[in-house]
Amino acid sequence: MLSLQADVLVIGGGLAGAWAAVGAARAGARVVLAEKGYCGTSGVTATAGPGHWWVPPDPPELRARAIADRMARGGFLGEPDWMARILDLTWRTLPTLAGFYDFPKDDAGITQYRALRGPEYMRAMRRLVTSLGVRILDHSPALELVVADDGAVCGARGFARQAHEDWQVAAPAVVLATGGCAFASRLLGSGNNTGDGLLMAAEVGAAFSGMEFTNAYCIAPAGTTMTRSMAYSFARYFDADGRPLDIPPGPDTTRRLAEALARGPVLCSLEALPEDIRAHLPTIQPNVTVAFERAGIDPFTTRFPVTLRGEGTVRGIGGVRVHGPACEAGVPGLYVAGDVATRELITGAISGGGAQNSAWALSSGLLAGQAAAIHAARHGQVARAARPTGQAGLRPSGAVRPVDLAGARALVAAEMEDIRNMVRRGPVLERSLAELDTAWHDVASHAGGEGGARVRTREIAAMLAAARWSKASALARRETRGMHWRADAPAADAAMQARLTSGGLGSVWTRFETAAHAVAA
Amino acid sequence: MIEVVVTDLCTGCGACVQACPSNVFAMPDAGGAAVIARQDDCQTCFLCELHCPVDALYVAPDCDTVLGVTEAEARASGHLGRFKLLSGWGANPEQYPDAHWRMASVFERAFAMAGVKRP
Repeated sequence: MLSLQADVLVIGGGLAGAWAAVGAARAGARVVLAEKGYCGTSGVTATAGPGHWWVPPDPPELRARAIADRMARGGFLGEPDWMARILDLTWRTLPTLAGFYDFPKDDAGITQYRALRGPEYMRAMRRLVTSLGVRILDHSPALELVVADDGAVCGARGFARQAHEDWQVAAPAVVLATGGCAFASRLLGSGNNTGDGLLMAAEVGAAFSGMEFTNAYCIAPAGTTMTRSMAYSFARYFDADGRPLDIPPGPDTTRRLAEALARGPVLCSLEALPEDIRAHLPTIQPNVTVAFERAGIDPFTTRFPVTLRGEGTVRGIGGVRVHGPACEAGVPGLYVAGDVATRELITGAISGGGAQNSAWALSSGLLAGQAAAIHAARHGQVARAARPTGQAGLRPSGAVRPVDLAGARALVAAEMEDIRNMVRRGPVLERSLAELDTAWHDVASHAGGEGGARVRTREIAAMLAAARWSKASALARRETRGMHWRADAPAADAAMQARLTSGGLGSVWTRFETAAHAVAA
Repeated sequence: MIEVVVTDLCTGCGACVQACPSNVFAMPDAGGAAVIARQDDCQTCFLCELHCPVDALYVAPDCDTVLGVTEAEARASGHLGRFKLLSGWGANPEQYPDAHWRMASVFERAFAMAGVKRP
């Protein structure tokens, strides 16, 4: 077994984890970063191109307006103070990546900081993290958190899947940065985004917030993962008989697409994409061009079938409830960064998309990393008595026997991708929850395994758990607010202008918070 | 999905084994070219191609099915190294400047054309 000691352990090496490692290392901590895949290609940033939430500080009205607009559009579940902090920290920090990222200049010669191309951004983050002396463990998925006898998180255990050995890191502070949960939807770059951190957090007693907001979807050419929506803002759609479909760009595009797809195949044309943008497309989003070329599709002259991929809690909003200004997870020693944490604080009840989410990944990463380093300096080395906390897939509650893991995975994917998750109804949610509960109990009671097999089992357990919190939250929020759309309760209910907390493993619970944060509409 | 490693291009450097976020590749104990050891795990992200120094990898956009592209077909396709080239990670990077900053203006134009407020 590989056994290491650190001041701060960061679990997850996507955008938020990398920024968390930077925050902790700059605060003087010895940092170990454990990543399931490879820090530099893993996570949804590496295949995308985040344009951060980016509002200049002057004149001050700009940010005040952006925050007020976001509060209103987000159903008043956000917090203006958090929004202001994240805007400020993102604005000040991103330019410091110069030297690691080659920021381009626009046609007027002005350096452009806001939007970074994913592969280069994550390459830069790896270089920055490495330059700060962080020890990166690639291909080292975490399996479970470890707690001291006082209940404080003090490390984690996992499996190094290329060295084929277990690892453990003892650290007085841990930052979870495992990303959102994409529920096996084939959203681009989300293969590792199976909600592992959500499960680990729940096992040490953390709660969740905003898990009902899991119904964001993104278009892709059918049969592909290429969920990059920019070019589709000019798309025209047709049914299988070539009849034009009324799906204009706007807030209803995805819903209309989903309804059309429920009726039959939908074909797309990008013939309306202006010539100059076509010419730039290969260097704006090279992967989009490459995918069309290899499929033999000229999207500007040929109609091609499209599909929707679920974005789960990646572009949905929910995650570990944030308890304080440094992204404390409510369990001593544990901090959360990026999409594993709820983003309601800065998005409210609608998706932040890449803009809010990347600004959040950067800022929450820095805040959590720095706070973890301070916590570690105060609390010193880890006490010897430490208890691993993993349950489902590691320490089943019943006798180990074969469990239909592939079936459980397919159930989660179907429940979260189907239109019934986009347009919600109480009785349907109840049935979904019951099916997911059954699958959860089967996995939690009976699934066992050794070596690398545990990684897959834990992924499925995590997706089941996250799907249950999502369905239960969607059921409890019997109103329509932001992206959460209840066909059986199509209006907002002022009494529910509050965040919804959820949690629990054996049985799932939900609870509306008292709306201390709420702002009168 | 990753379709093929072109073995006479592959130098066995192991970059793909390291860079693949899904741990799809492996180096044979006997040495030689990288092998696709866990094809089903491929998440069709294309990123291995960026990290391959000799353009020996071919990823097809299909994520549900294996097409069975052969080494010869991959070589003849003209697509080897194309993603790297367009990304400015290959030859003549100055011809392929990072234009990602144009994204915001593309969205703005689309919504202006459609006469809608950006969602």
